[in-house]
Amino acid sequence: MSDDRDGDEHELRVSKIRNGTVIDHVRGGQALNVLAILGIDGSQGEEVSVGMNVPSDRLARKDIVKVEGRELSQDEVDVLSLIAPDATINIVRDYEVVEKHRVERPEIVEGVLSCPNTGCITTGDEPVSSRFEVLDDGVRCTYCGTIVREEIASLIDT
Amino acid sequence: MRHDHLITSKQLSRADIETVLDRAAEIDADPAAVADRHANTLLGLLFFEPSTRTKMSFETAMKRLGGDVVDMGSIESSSVKKGETLADTVRVIEGYADALVLRHPREGAAKMASEYVDVPLLNAGDGAGHHPTQTLLDLYTIRENAGLDDLTIGIMGDLKYGRTVHSLAHALTNFDTRQHFVSPESLQLPREVVYDLHQVDESATIREHDSLEEILPSLDVLYVTRIQRERFPDEREYQKVAGEYQIDADTLEAASDDLTIMHPLPRVDEIAPAIDDTDYAAYFDQAHNGVPVRMALLDLFLSEGGETDE
Ligand SMILES: [Zn+2]
Repeated sequence: MSDDRDGDEHELRVSKIRNGTVIDHVRGGQALNVLAILGIDGSQGEEVSVGMNVPSDRLARKDIVKVEGRELSQDEVDVLSLIAPDATINIVRDYEVVEKHRVERPEIVEGVLSCPNTGCITTGDEPVSSRFEVLDDGVRCTYCGTIVREEIASLIDT
Repeated sequence: MRHDHLITSKQLSRADIETVLDRAAEIDADPAAVADRHANTLLGLLFFEPSTRTKMSFETAMKRLGGDVVDMGSIESSSVKKGETLADTVRVIEGYADALVLRHPREGAAKMASEYVDVPLLNAGDGAGHHPTQTLLDLYTIRENAGLDDLTIGIMGDLKYGRTVHSLAHALTNFDTRQHFVSPESLQLPREVVYDLHQVDESATIREHDSLEEILPSLDVLYVTRIQRERFPDEREYQKVAGEYQIDADTLEAASDDLTIMHPLPRVDEIAPAIDDTDYAAYFDQAHNGVPVRMALLDLFLSEGGETDE
């Protein structure tokens, strides 16, 4: 993987973090959805910086999300793949990138998206969390079978 | 057959389907042989929406195997009315019964409920979702009348909302069948269903038509479903469209003599009563087949480990 030369200059716009996670190469405009998927809304006091529509070589426009004091788990990273398939995840400790990985599509996504089918058992008052099977080109509710291919981010359970 | 629950016909392989149908045929041929087979067995009936036929059919099946049923009763009189979740209800009733039958208005209800219980749970319909016992009795009827391989079947009517049709179409991909779907454009098979059919069987022969005429002569089976009034904005539009998908003696002039006509019932006027007494009509047999097929299923699921002990 080449280093992020394209980002260097522009990333200055977004302050460096000491410990935490940098999610880079997020498709332009998806940064807020990335935060939503991770359940980060600022209410817990997390220090979050967001760069939106930053010019990039790999993507015409990319978003960058930096979360201070939090290292993403593999599960969280996997779920990101649904809306940010090109994202790279940098785990930062003491201002150094100590781990760098690409997202991978998970087989199952649990409890993150809500089913758009209002007749689905998961949208009622049952104590069950949503579960979606990840297809090549979308996701499918394990319970009712509804397939969603577009606007997956709009299903993020907030 | 090795399944803990029966949620959808999609979970059944060809071998599973054949196991059920073979068992149903044995039971059909000699019901007395199984009359005490499941004595002292209780089947819990949880019907969250009315479906008298399906419920009676399960009740008959259990009793003909020597067992009995415990019935949750109507929703109005139950704790569901007081806001109890389905997850709680099934866990309570599980303690009373050796197996459960669930009918529920929400899609995925049976799948979810099965995750909360250890006894076998049979889906008797979940909203617009699945109704696998209907599919199996349809398959049984097709096999008895026309055979399941080298079959040309026409499925006609409301293909958009008819879950019966979706499950049947899916199950038929296990066999060597050519499926023709006949419907008004507004009631065509949902794209997701078509996508699925091709997913399970790339070579699936699936054709869609807006008229029965061109394919009728080639059919071994014609499966008719009801086009519901409420799918149309007004009465006139409904009459006009529905009228084009009705079967009477004139329609059948072009049909093969061996054609089998099926219908999940109840019908309104999709099939003229004059057809009832002809050799084409299999829909009442089809309804009766619900009992041996459900007996076979209960027998297979109640026998140890959900496996046949043959
Ligand atoms: Zn669903």
